[in-house]
Amino acid sequence: MSHKVIVPIGPYHPLQEEPEFFQLYVEGEKVVDIDIIIGYNHRGIEKLAEAKHYDQVAFLVERICGICSSSHPNAYVLAVEDILGGEFNMVPERALFIRTIIDELQRIHSHLLWLGLAGHFIGYNTVWMWAWKYREPVLDMFEMITGNRNNYAMFKVGGVRRDIKAEDIPIVKKALDELMPALDLFRGAVMDDPVIQARLKGIGILTKQQAIDWCVVGPTARASGLSMDVRRDEPYGAIDRVDWNVIVEQEGDVFAKTVVRILEMYESVRIIRQCLDKIPSGQIDADVKEIPPGEGIGRVEAPRGECFHYIKSDGTNRPVRHKIRAPSFMNVASNKVAAVGGTISDATITLAAVDPCYCCTERVAVINKSDNAKVMNGWDLIKLSQEKTKQLKDEIARKGI
Amino acid sequence: MDTKEKIKEVLGKKIIAWHEHSPRRIYFSIDPKDIVEATTLLFKDLKMRFSIASGTDTPEGMEILYHFSLDQTGEFYSVRVMLEDKKNPRIDSITPLFEGAEWIEREMWELLGIDFVGHPNLKRLLLADEWPEGEYPLRRK
Repeated sequence: MSHKVIVPIGPYHPLQEEPEFFQLYVEGEKVVDIDIIIGYNHRGIEKLAEAKHYDQVAFLVERICGICSSSHPNAYVLAVEDILGGEFNMVPERALFIRTIIDELQRIHSHLLWLGLAGHFIGYNTVWMWAWKYREPVLDMFEMITGNRNNYAMFKVGGVRRDIKAEDIPIVKKALDELMPALDLFRGAVMDDPVIQARLKGIGILTKQQAIDWCVVGPTARASGLSMDVRRDEPYGAIDRVDWNVIVEQEGDVFAKTVVRILEMYESVRIIRQCLDKIPSGQIDADVKEIPPGEGIGRVEAPRGECFHYIKSDGTNRPVRHKIRAPSFMNVASNKVAAVGGTISDATITLAAVDPCYCCTERVAVINKSDNAKVMNGWDLIKLSQEKTKQLKDEIARKGI
Repeated sequence: MDTKEKIKEVLGKKIIAWHEHSPRRIYFSIDPKDIVEATTLLFKDLKMRFSIASGTDTPEGMEILYHFSLDQTGEFYSVRVMLEDKKNPRIDSITPLFEGAEWIEREMWELLGIDFVGHPNLKRLLLADEWPEGEYPLRRK
């Protein structure tokens, strides 16, 4: 008895994160237009926040994204602390260091996640497996410190919810030491590999002017020559107590975006190491009781770019307005210029290069412009992308480079 | 001349109110008809980055804050406009100036019912197709 069941995972599948639907219009090999349709997972969180009190909202916004789940609560508490006073400096020093450690650990795990997916899309499944393998110890650090691999519930207005225990610090340091050889491996595997260079250079280019006009943020902007990073421009947490560099590349192609993310992981390791050395003892919470009327803006550099929260308070225990803008809101739209004009075999990696999420490229449909017939789905596109890498690999091997 | 002085000089009397919450948080109010001029000044001439806009249904009318970031200094400028006709709020679109404003204006159009005059592609962004016409989820009853 055989009964075939087909499970359609459409663009509105609510369990996956950031469902977007890209409809590519192609003429032969060339992408001539793209429709980006979002909103499948719109949960009305801004409206929901108006019905929660200030302590609850931190938990609510943590659930916006499972990958950068500390960026939203971080930006939210900064917005509320901005209402409390432009020069609000009641947050204890130790809490600031803990905030930055969590923020940077998150950046490492997020960039490794992206690196793995990018590897998969171009047919480097070993990179995929290794990147995710080395991401696990980072998640273990989160589990040890916060009790959870994602959704850490660390942030609260005026401080953090739990301390990093003294005995945990050497364990985190050791995990970072063990991560370094893995980062070296990825840097070598990506930056010195002629096939990856041939595959990723010159595709999906977002020029500097386009990056300005589309107002992109984060690694997407920094790979196009825009030197912007909220951590440097408006320091928060303990980031201004340590030495680190903003990574900027000029080319704006997928290779540049990859390089930015790989090098940023080194900076994150540097930041965490210094924080662990310099973390002072003391309180971790300023115990804020009341939020006065007013308005505040909080922004942090999430792994994907500037994450923005705006809070308006009328003096009650609930915000009257909470505006949230995640970095992908600005970055995804820029695919309209980055993907159009390229070939369909480059489309998957170009769409993925702004680091939306896994499901995004799975919801791709390719439409032949002449007769409007659907010709491909997301998996076909990934296969096409992997085949192109294989051809390049063979070509380069033949030439004996 | 620093950026704050430059804005005050160029916009002059068009600035209705100016408030510095902190050295990095600058709010100023203008008449809705001046939004394109103010945006041109901040985005094109002063090379600020458009971060986002946020619309709020207030008792006085529909309020929009346009947030611009001066990344070189960390200053964050929020331009406030109040659309007093709450039934038919209208304002000129800033999307013709740069593409980065397209999505957020579409979002405010569908969630708050604000009409952005001159927007090249004013259609739904987040709401489902079946959502009833004329129902704006972020408007207060």
